[in-house]
Amino acid sequence: MSTLEIRDLKVAVEDKEILRGVNLTVKAGETHAIMGPNGSGKSTLAYAIAGHPKYTITGGEVLLDGVDLLELSVDERARAGLFLAMQYPVEVPGVSVSNFLRSAVTSVRGEAPKLREFAKDLKSGMDALSIDSAFAQRNLNEGFSGGEKKRHEILQLELLKPKIAVLDETDSGLDVDALRVVSEGINRFRASGETGVLLITHYTRILRYVKPDFVHVFAAGRVVEEGGPELADKLEAEGYEQYTKASA
Amino acid sequence: MGLNEKPLSTLHEKASYDLADFEVPTGREEAWRFTPLARLKGLHNGKAAPSGQVVTQVYTPEGVRAEWVGRDDERIGKAYVPADRVSAQAYNGFEKALVVTVSQEAAPEGAITVEVKGNGGEGAAYGHIVVVVEPMAQATVVVQHEGTAVYADNVEFVVGDGATLKVVSLQDWADDAVHVSHHHAQLAKDATFRSFVVTLGGDLVRLSPSVSYTGPGGDADLSGVYFVDAGQHLEHRLLVDHSQPNCKSNVDYRGALQGEKAHAVWIGDVIIRVAAEGTDTYELNRNLILTDGARADSVPNLEILTGEVAGAGHASTSGRLDDEHIFYLQARGIPFDEARRLVIRGFLGQLIEKIQVEELRERVMNAVEAELAR
Repeated sequence: MSTLEIRDLKVAVEDKEILRGVNLTVKAGETHAIMGPNGSGKSTLAYAIAGHPKYTITGGEVLLDGVDLLELSVDERARAGLFLAMQYPVEVPGVSVSNFLRSAVTSVRGEAPKLREFAKDLKSGMDALSIDSAFAQRNLNEGFSGGEKKRHEILQLELLKPKIAVLDETDSGLDVDALRVVSEGINRFRASGETGVLLITHYTRILRYVKPDFVHVFAAGRVVEEGGPELADKLEAEGYEQYTKASA
Repeated sequence: MGLNEKPLSTLHEKASYDLADFEVPTGREEAWRFTPLARLKGLHNGKAAPSGQVVTQVYTPEGVRAEWVGRDDERIGKAYVPADRVSAQAYNGFEKALVVTVSQEAAPEGAITVEVKGNGGEGAAYGHIVVVVEPMAQATVVVQHEGTAVYADNVEFVVGDGATLKVVSLQDWADDAVHVSHHHAQLAKDATFRSFVVTLGGDLVRLSPSVSYTGPGGDADLSGVYFVDAGQHLEHRLLVDHSQPNCKSNVDYRGALQGEKAHAVWIGDVIIRVAAEGTDTYELNRNLILTDGARADSVPNLEILTGEVAGAGHASTSGRLDDEHIFYLQARGIPFDEARRLVIRGFLGQLIEKIQVEELRERVMNAVEAELAR
């Protein structure tokens, strides 16, 4: 069973400290929601774990099943079982969705999937997320609507089957129908009980579809309060104001 | 300055069959300032002995006439007058010209293939090709260059009323080759011209594709892909001269550069003359600079002499690989080298997709793949 351990993680962007010692453990079968106001460092946590070059680690460790992810390159982290669903997936001209997905699946599995099997998996994955089959031939994220981009992120999640998924504001910009479809995808992913989810969100809306086991409140670059799902209800009622005041 | 007082174009004003009309370039001229003259091996100053070995072979599908003709054949030089010193040198240097004719309303199946092969040896060689596509006919021509040579040539494409000509020109020379070439397309009324240039090999390649119109309604699309390795100088100089009303032109050239002293030059000149009302033109050049030490010079130039254009624009970008693209692919487990290859292939592949002949498209894609694997 997999475990992601974040220990006293400190991260800076251009010499400005954003994360000030984050501690968090996500075990397989658990879903953790990280909630917090804008600018609290939620996305920084996601991108720093994934290894985006913009972020400098100034202290701490991130262990996936005992392996220090911070020692690995971005692609090695992904192959070790980490997945980041991005808030703003970038458009890559000239690279088709199907070509990209096949390359990604081949890299993560360590061998090329059989063509027919891959086509079948892709088709059923797209059907489940109500993605038109013509999508496979389009350029990666190019001209996709916000909702299409997010569905495509979840399609990758289901195809790549990571050990731990970090979902960065996957709910933002989705209408109710799209939110439901995307949430169902996340729920399929976690249904096996062998995967862990770290769900980053500003709003409680998605938590009605994807029920968290733990809720962590983020403010000013660290976790300031932790609890069960009931904490989300409290945030829904009271907002983040008390935390932003406390950390100011 | 009022509309009527606009100056005539100053671009490409000189044209002559006579070598003596062109002074030996010094490198200070606008037309020569990017080209390393010392590497032209005497093509520009008359010092190259005409003893080079270049063999040209033509393969024609049924219904196409190919002839080797003498210098006095009246079809030579009708569509194009040499516009610079090396072009004039080539015009005065060739012995036999290849004339390919596609008869009126003919639509031969399969491409006309012209193979130009350099067999090394000392000295330069010169060539001349004329392709005539008669009214309402349609044809595809593939010109491929390979081997070692110091070679200068002029190619004339004469596209008749309502005719369509698609050309793919592949410069896949050996590392030490020098090639200076003019490709001129003359479009009659409602003619369609599609040009796809792929330049990969050679020490120095300077290719000048140009387009002129003799009637309204002409439509030219010029695409190009180049991959510049360390030490290579690959130069493309485009000129579209809109002198007739309601014609279109679209230019899109893209290149990738890697290695020390890899040098790409792209010049995109478009003239819209007073009579050319309703012109619709766009030109674009994009360079992807993959390593330090590589350099891309990109100069679009739009000269509009009429007030009534349908559209006229240009853009030029040169930049590095986008870190965000690479990060996204790597975050899905794709190793850096492969991510980089995918992004570059995508960048060039978008253009290569425009080649409508599948076999050619695959060949060009494979040639680019081979460059990426180097």
